[in-house]
Amino acid sequence: MSSQCKFKRYIWELPVRWCHWINVLSIVTLSVTGFLIGYPISLGHSASDFTMGWIRFIHFSVAYLFTVSVLSRIVWSFIGNQYAGWMEFFPLFSGKGRQKFFKMLRYYFLIDKEVPETIGHNPLAATAYSLLFCFYIIMILTGFALYSEHAPFGAMHAALGWLTTLVSNQGLRLIHHLSMWCIFGFVINHIYSAWLMDIKEHGAEISSIFSGFRFTVHKEEE
Amino acid sequence: MAKDHDVGCPEEAGVEFKGKVSELLEQRGVSRRDFMKFCSTMAAALALPPAFGPKIAQALDEVKRPTLVWLEFQSCTGDTEALLRASAPTVAEIVLDILSIDYAETIMAAAGHLAEANLDQVIKGEKGKYIAVVEGSIPLKDDGVYCCIGGRSAVDRATEVCGGAFATIAVGTCASYGGIPAASPNPTGAVGIKKAVPSATVVNLPGCPVNTDNLTATIVHFLLLKKLPATDSFGRPLFAYGKRIHDNCERRPHFDAGQYVEAWGDQGHRHGYCLYKMGCKGPQTFHNCPSERYNEHTSWPVAAGHGCAGCSQPNFWDDMGPLYRRLPNVAGFGIEATADKIGLGLVGAAAVGFGIHGALNAMRKDKEPEDSSREG
Repeated sequence: MSSQCKFKRYIWELPVRWCHWINVLSIVTLSVTGFLIGYPISLGHSASDFTMGWIRFIHFSVAYLFTVSVLSRIVWSFIGNQYAGWMEFFPLFSGKGRQKFFKMLRYYFLIDKEVPETIGHNPLAATAYSLLFCFYIIMILTGFALYSEHAPFGAMHAALGWLTTLVSNQGLRLIHHLSMWCIFGFVINHIYSAWLMDIKEHGAEISSIFSGFRFTVHKEEE
Repeated sequence: MAKDHDVGCPEEAGVEFKGKVSELLEQRGVSRRDFMKFCSTMAAALALPPAFGPKIAQALDEVKRPTLVWLEFQSCTGDTEALLRASAPTVAEIVLDILSIDYAETIMAAAGHLAEANLDQVIKGEKGKYIAVVEGSIPLKDDGVYCCIGGRSAVDRATEVCGGAFATIAVGTCASYGGIPAASPNPTGAVGIKKAVPSATVVNLPGCPVNTDNLTATIVHFLLLKKLPATDSFGRPLFAYGKRIHDNCERRPHFDAGQYVEAWGDQGHRHGYCLYKMGCKGPQTFHNCPSERYNEHTSWPVAAGHGCAGCSQPNFWDDMGPLYRRLPNVAGFGIEATADKIGLGLVGAAAVGFGIHGALNAMRKDKEPEDSSREG
């Protein structure tokens, strides 16, 4: 337990936090509506109802919201602070990053006892996030490729139709489902690790994604 | 018509044409009105303006008989059957008679070497002018020994015939993409005609069987405009395969409403609800079945109460199966391992794994990092 007084540092800027929570909301909504599209429940009482219509409308609208959020976050990685920067997500490409990565890994595998404290993303988490973004891109591409099939002469199908030629639309559907499960696997890992590091680091890991502030022993260099 | 023929016609050729098509139709008991109705239907099928109806009639009346050869390889003859279906002779059939069908295994009178000699004559005498229709897939494995005609392999014959044709029309899914013979494990190495003869100009008309109206419309398009119809990325004419079955389905309101058949013969099934949950592949299949239907616009699977099998999609049967499920099975995970079962297992394993990790962490004592070694 750290008995030291800690300094407040602003780490997660507003766009980072917004993107995070929009993604959370989108993933939950998209998963629920996605399930109902894949395994529909007979909710309609008459042929003039529109339950599946609305479920699909929500799925597609939130898909656009999610896409905008993911793309905005990618753009922000070029203009935001160092903790939001794109370089943060590829720690394995630098010597220092690799060193921290393996230290983190050793801690996770219960080999080391010293908590490797980090200010921004820890290198293990950052690597997981870059993989997660790959899944986001796969979800967006497969999703919109399948969606575009309603208008095979449209611009979207012109842009994404090659995917159906490459892996068939049923293959895309399979990838869309599997990727969702991979994202679920990540979510379990993510919530657990946030909880764990909140307990171990005493740096307000969980509250930082609401407030943007973390707490460190050293004062920020001006 | 026969005397106008300028490309040389083998003596053995089927029907003798005397006079114009309209006169021929009259002899067969088809009224001028029916013929004009047919021409309007073709204009509609090809998505041409109504003004093209009379133009089609004129073109069909004035057309010179192009030669057509019909090759049959690994097939069930279902496409030939679809064309020659047992009903009164239709206008479509007679329009097909405009073509000089010089070789068609199922219907020709000649047999054996005589028949093959006919085909050779077409290949040599009318190079680049005749139309080849292919039915059935072509086996490539073991030098194509699994399908031979007159002692020559299908791929050998197809290369010769389709390579020298003005155009090749692949009728049915087998000829287009390999179809059922190409289903896993594909023992004969079956492929569609475009894959077997890459140099050929191919229009794919998949479907199991091909919809005769689409075949007739493709031929009318060729006779009328002297070129092949525009196709999608799978070589299918857009006029027939430009829209998903789902988007033109008569049960679509039930899909949007949320009314589904839950089991065969249940109340919903009797009410004609959507077959989505019964594995209908309408949402992933491009074909004009809902509007054209089969057997002179009589019916089609969804109208009859069975989901679409997705027969006109590339890599049907493997990619579009299982017949009664929405999603394909995942290769390498055994039978009936769907993506979602695997996913559920993955998520369950992750939850258990991290649960154990958390318990182990709760029991162990951590070390505070040194002030000098900590990052912040």
